Amino acid sequence: MTSPSTTPLLDVRNLRKYFPIQKGFLKKTIGNVRAVDDVSFFVEEGETLGLVGESGCGKTTASRCVVRAIAPSSGQMLFRTGEGQVVDLAKLDRAALRPLRPQMQMIFQDPYSSLNPRMNLFEIVGEPLLVNGLVNRKQRTDQVAELLQLVGMRPEYMQRFPHAFSGGQRQRIGIARALSVHPRLVVADEPVSALDVSVQAQILNLLLDLQQRLNLTYIFVAHNLGVVKHICDRVAVMYVGKLAEMAKTGELFHQPRHPYTAALMAAVPVADPRVRSGDVELKGEVPSPANPPSGCYFHPRCAYAAEVCRTQPPDFREISPGHFVACHRAEEIELPGISLG
Amino acid sequence: MNTQNGPLLSVRDLKTYFMMDEGVVKAVDGVSFDVHAGQIFGIVGESGCGKSVTVKSILRIVEAPGKIVHGQILLRRSRQDGTSGEEELDLAGLDARGQEIRSIRGAQIALIPQEPMASFSPVHTIGNQIIEAIMLHQSIGRKAARNLACDMLKDVGVPMPERRLDEYSWQLSGGLRQRAIIAMALSCNPRLLIADEPTTAVDVTTQAQVLRLLRQLQRERNSAIIFITHDLGVIAQMASFVMVMYLGLVMEQGPVDDIFHAPKHPYTQALLRSIPSVSSQPRVSLPTISGSIPHPFNKPSGCPFHPRCIKRIPGKCDVRTPALQAVGEQQLVSCFLYHDAEVSA
Repeated sequence: MTSPSTTPLLDVRNLRKYFPIQKGFLKKTIGNVRAVDDVSFFVEEGETLGLVGESGCGKTTASRCVVRAIAPSSGQMLFRTGEGQVVDLAKLDRAALRPLRPQMQMIFQDPYSSLNPRMNLFEIVGEPLLVNGLVNRKQRTDQVAELLQLVGMRPEYMQRFPHAFSGGQRQRIGIARALSVHPRLVVADEPVSALDVSVQAQILNLLLDLQQRLNLTYIFVAHNLGVVKHICDRVAVMYVGKLAEMAKTGELFHQPRHPYTAALMAAVPVADPRVRSGDVELKGEVPSPANPPSGCYFHPRCAYAAEVCRTQPPDFREISPGHFVACHRAEEIELPGISLG
Repeated sequence: MNTQNGPLLSVRDLKTYFMMDEGVVKAVDGVSFDVHAGQIFGIVGESGCGKSVTVKSILRIVEAPGKIVHGQILLRRSRQDGTSGEEELDLAGLDARGQEIRSIRGAQIALIPQEPMASFSPVHTIGNQIIEAIMLHQSIGRKAARNLACDMLKDVGVPMPERRLDEYSWQLSGGLRQRAIIAMALSCNPRLLIADEPTTAVDVTTQAQVLRLLRQLQRERNSAIIFITHDLGVIAQMASFVMVMYLGLVMEQGPVDDIFHAPKHPYTQALLRSIPSVSSQPRVSLPTISGSIPHPFNKPSGCPFHPRCIKRIPGKCDVRTPALQAVGEQQLVSCFLYHDAEVSA
């Protein structure tokens, strides 16, 4: 292995994913939905990177590109494999990706639609094992039992079907399935947003616990900032297909440098009636990625917008070590953060 | 607050059961609360706690095989026989399809539903749907109704309301659609507005806009709002009085400050501890509530929360069901830790 601590597990550079807008009989392409537009980020081994933003900002598309559920339009995704080689996931074809797939797994948002209702737990959790060559049924049964115990479920449930389980238990099954092939990178797309509050905490604790025990690396896609703050080491904020800001979680929450990050945090209702939140209102709506505004995409809604913001798109630059921001005026403006309670 | 006249709406020991082939689901099993004029009354609870069925019972839109089997829903309104003063009408006693409830639904009690996409018809314009609601309850002409609809859209902050009236719901963004629904609900000047998870389907910045709008409209019109949500943050920011429900029963009721700063019921306490907040310590294990919400068919005996409760009293909580009793000036709790009153069978 070549110096594992220096290269990140995943280094995404200038990732783009455009969906063409076609029209007419000849399906002429008349434009592009720039779902992910020039996004660069990295994930170190063993850490959790949060990807946050409002619906339509491209966070799910970006995470799907990473696991190559879809092919990116351009860009590089340098992944350090278990053997220590660095490969560009964006360039690989299906056959070349296949041996790498076990190393990258996904946990889905909706535990009701992500489990096949006609398969029992043994088949659901055991399928990735079978696909990857573990044909011995006895061994598979043992491994599935172990996996179910790992996520806090009883192995006796193996013959049952998903309908017999609650939302939280189903999410545990989905996690067991993702972990069955010993992944190194796990992309969790809103894994707790469909769950009840009292169950949400159980799943978050399970994810934290599994990460420590198995040295997992997470990309955690979410819109709930409370959850993100709780589970992530670093957070990347997306807005209309671009990254607005990326920093260590504490730094991002205490000293946001992008006005959008600050507005997003101010909009979260605080669970304390003595603290009034949501007073700084963000006007207007998220623009469409098919027809974004000129310059900085955020300028029509930004309270700090200057002339340069209307004309020039800002670069995504590092303004202090590990703190990246795409804002022309990041150095001049003072933004409110959230203090630790 | 207009307390000397009594509450605007008073729900007394409401029980709504669903008679299924597999058995009876007691979705709402003895719920009592009062809503006063000008109050934002929050109902908070997880899925299956009966919060939606409670408000559906008030509007009398519970789908079959659901049925109100017990209790009263008293709505205060001005006398209908022409004399001055007010009278109380029991909505639970009305025919759910009758003329009387239809004249109340949409006019005196309006609903803001959860899914803004599903609540508008995609084949009628926004304008036609709002105008229809207005003309159903007010004796004004189409032209006047259209003007009123236009004013309503302007009031809720929809830009270019004239143009929006002739558009279809799928042409509007999520935030605008939610505003249009609010405009429709407010168009007949209801005294009671029921908002059933009005912001769960929208983004956090849109949510902030919608919540702010509801607060402002409530102040201007002094109407009462019953606000349902599972988000404790939203309830803390919106409600003045909170009711916590679990499996069809009221666990605790009280002013918002007491619920968040002096919660009495172990369920409320556990719920508040288990939410990761933006201002809490990151990456530490969250205190959780063990187990999951039981299926409504196998509801636990006694207090419905006892199998998950860390403070349960063996031999008591699993046998008897505690009644809702006052423990403070305005705070009520149903837990044997504080009193010995139980629900009579």
